[in-house]
Order: sequence, then C-alpha cells, then structure tokens
Amino acid sequence: MYPFNYYRPNTINEAVESFKSFEEVQWLAGGMTLLPSLKLRLAAPGALIDLNHIEELRGVATKAKKITIGAMTRHDDVNSSIEIKRAIPALSFLAGGIGDSQVRNRGTIGGSISNNDPAADYPAAILGLNATIKTNNREIAADNFFTGMFETSLQEGEIIKEIVFPLPDIAGYVKFPHPASGYAISAVMVARFGKTVRVAVTGVASCVFRMSKLEEVLAQNFIPEAADYIELDRDDINSDLAASAEYRASLTRVMAKRAIEVAQQNG
Amino acid sequence: MVDARNKCNISLKVNGELVSLEIESRTLLVELLRNHLGLTGTHVGCDTSQCGCCVVHVDGRSVKSCTMLAATAAGTEIVTIEGMATGDKMHPVQEAFREHHALQCGFCTPGVVMSGSELIARNNNPSEEEIRKWLGGNLCRCTGYHNIVKAIQAAAAQARGGG
Repeated sequence: MYPFNYYRPNTINEAVESFKSFEEVQWLAGGMTLLPSLKLRLAAPGALIDLNHIEELRGVATKAKKITIGAMTRHDDVNSSIEIKRAIPALSFLAGGIGDSQVRNRGTIGGSISNNDPAADYPAAILGLNATIKTNNREIAADNFFTGMFETSLQEGEIIKEIVFPLPDIAGYVKFPHPASGYAISAVMVARFGKTVRVAVTGVASCVFRMSKLEEVLAQNFIPEAADYIELDRDDINSDLAASAEYRASLTRVMAKRAIEVAQQNG
Repeated sequence: MVDARNKCNISLKVNGELVSLEIESRTLLVELLRNHLGLTGTHVGCDTSQCGCCVVHVDGRSVKSCTMLAATAAGTEIVTIEGMATGDKMHPVQEAFREHHALQCGFCTPGVVMSGSELIARNNNPSEEEIRKWLGGNLCRCTGYHNIVKAIQAAAAQARGGG
C-alpha cells in the first residue's frame, strides 16, 4: 500500500468541505473493496476521507411508507433490521447473503453501490426496488445511477447520504453465488409495485440491468413460468471460469423464475 | 488532522487498556496489533480478507483486521484472542476448542474463536447450519470444521446455562 493522507470527519459537511483540501481523494466507506485495491496498488489515492465516524450517515428509518437507509449502514444492520425484514424481506435477505459475516459487519450499502461491482448484490436491490439515491446535493433515480462497470453518475466530491426504498407489494431476490467469494454468478431481484413490475439482474453483464421484456410479461401475469421463455437479448453476457455466457443466460432464467416464486411467497 | 507526513494520531482501547500512538495512516489494524503492540496471537493468513485468521472484535463485532485501517479503529474497543481469557481461566469458547480438539495446527484458531464467540453472543442456540454459515469467512485447512462446529455448539450450550 502506498502512503496516503488521511482525514476522519464527524459530519457530512466536514467531509464535503475537506474533499476540496486534498488532491486525488477517495471516500473510505466500509473498505471491503477499497482496502484490498490499495494493497494490490490498483488504487493509490493521495488521501482518504474516512466516513466511518459520521453518525448521521447511519441508520434505518421508515417514513411515509418508505424505508430510508443511511449510506454508511452496514450490511449486517440491514439484514438484522426488523423494520426492513417486515417491509421488504427480499432486501433483508439480500443483505444477509453478501460476502461473509465479517464483510457484513464492515461493508456498507453506500460503499457497495458507489463501487458498482458488476457482481455485487446491492445494485440489483437499488434497480429492482426502484430506490432513490440522495446525495449531498441532489436525488438520483435508480435508473440513472449505474452507468457502467464500476461506474456511477456520482460526481467528484459528491457523497451519498441515504437511499430511499419505496415499499413494493411483493419482492423476491435469488442469487447463484460464486462458491468461494459469494459474489453473484447470476442474481435477480423481482419487485411488483401495483401494476408495474421491475426485474434487475446482477453478475451477468458489465453492469446491473433490467429485463424489460420479462417486466412487461409479468405486469400482465405474475407467474414464475413467465421467465421460461424470456431470452436475454444481449451480446455482453459475462463468460468466465465460473460460467460461460450461454450457461449464465440459462441460469439467469432460472434465478428469475425462483425470484418470482419467492416474491409470491413473500407476499 | 491534515498531516503531510501521511501520519495520524489514534487512541483506542485494546483488551481493556487505553492505547494512544502516532501511526502511518496506511497502517492496517492487524499491523497495529502485531507490530506496534506485540499482540501476535492475531494471525495474518491470506492478507486478502478471505481466510479469517486475523479476526478480532471491534466494538463487539468480528472484523477481519487485515482489511480495516488502524486509523478507522480510533475510539473503538478492540478485543483480540489475548483478551479472551480471564487470568488463568480460558474463555468458554477457548475451553470448548481444547475439550473438543477443534484445532490441529492452530493457525486459524484465534480467528475462529473470535468469530465463534460473536456468533454465540448474538445467538446462544445456533443450529449446525447457522454455525457453518457463520464460519464461511474462516478457513481451516486441518480439521474439516467438524470439531470446530462441535466446540461452538458446546460453548453455546454453556452460554445458555445447559453446561
């Protein structure tokens, strides 16, 4: 790890202000991806601003039929929250399947979605559940947040404050995890809001995406079999040691079908 | 706070004792414990947050200390394997590991004990499946985990007063 400067603010304002006083700055959230990247010298920031001591970035609240989760809320806290378990069991389940116990004790929702790993779980929750990302200066809709592999629409120095989830009627998340890492080889979040259905897929391409054809079919008839006949019309499906593109496409249909089944059970 | 030498000051509690020192900002928590404080019971196996040999408690939660900056741990209470025993009396999880022969080479053991003890603190009646799932972040290449699971079951039984 190359040396870097370090700053530990206690408020969001301090954090945003301090960003301007360093060069080549990165936010440090849970560090579950950033610290290994620093060790491998894949990243060498001039300074880290540590968000771990900012109380106002943490916590779960229910307001106006929406669940609000602070950006620095740990995966384990999302998984253990009774409020979330009741309101969006699929989100609680998703958080409990990230990495291992120790990763869930440190990793944060804001850190995960800012990193936008193509195989991470949370991007599927944000996109599938149509969450809104609130930053220090604006609100970003889920559909406009994830822009590419490890890329988001966040700007330099912008900080996520909280993520707001509308409550779906029903939702289900199913993952086929990589046996060693727990990352998704393919995972699907399905959610129904009234007459609208959203289906988000992670682990399959360079960035989380929606299956719009399946969404249309499910909006008419919310049955698991709908997933059987949906083709993934994409030429960018990942092919690697864990799964070929063809296998992944097939697996994704299975994950979608199971997620629909789980959503029905959750409802 | 801003220090051009890339250093920072931290204060934290380690096994009940207050520690204050100046460190390089890039110091990992495990480096602080082993190299600065001489607490070499916390091991470094993989240094890539996979094996779990470096697990310690930070404010009661198990954490891989190779993947946390010491600077981030400022103001927290750390417990390492050295802080588990009370005098000559081993912690119930340590005692159960001895009783059930839950180790062979022992390299991973400090991390597994720290993980297992957090599990029991959260849930003193975990199922075998819950124990195995919880220990997903601790790799042991000797035991096949079987006796580790038995030891944690026994320690959990003791924690709920079933001896």
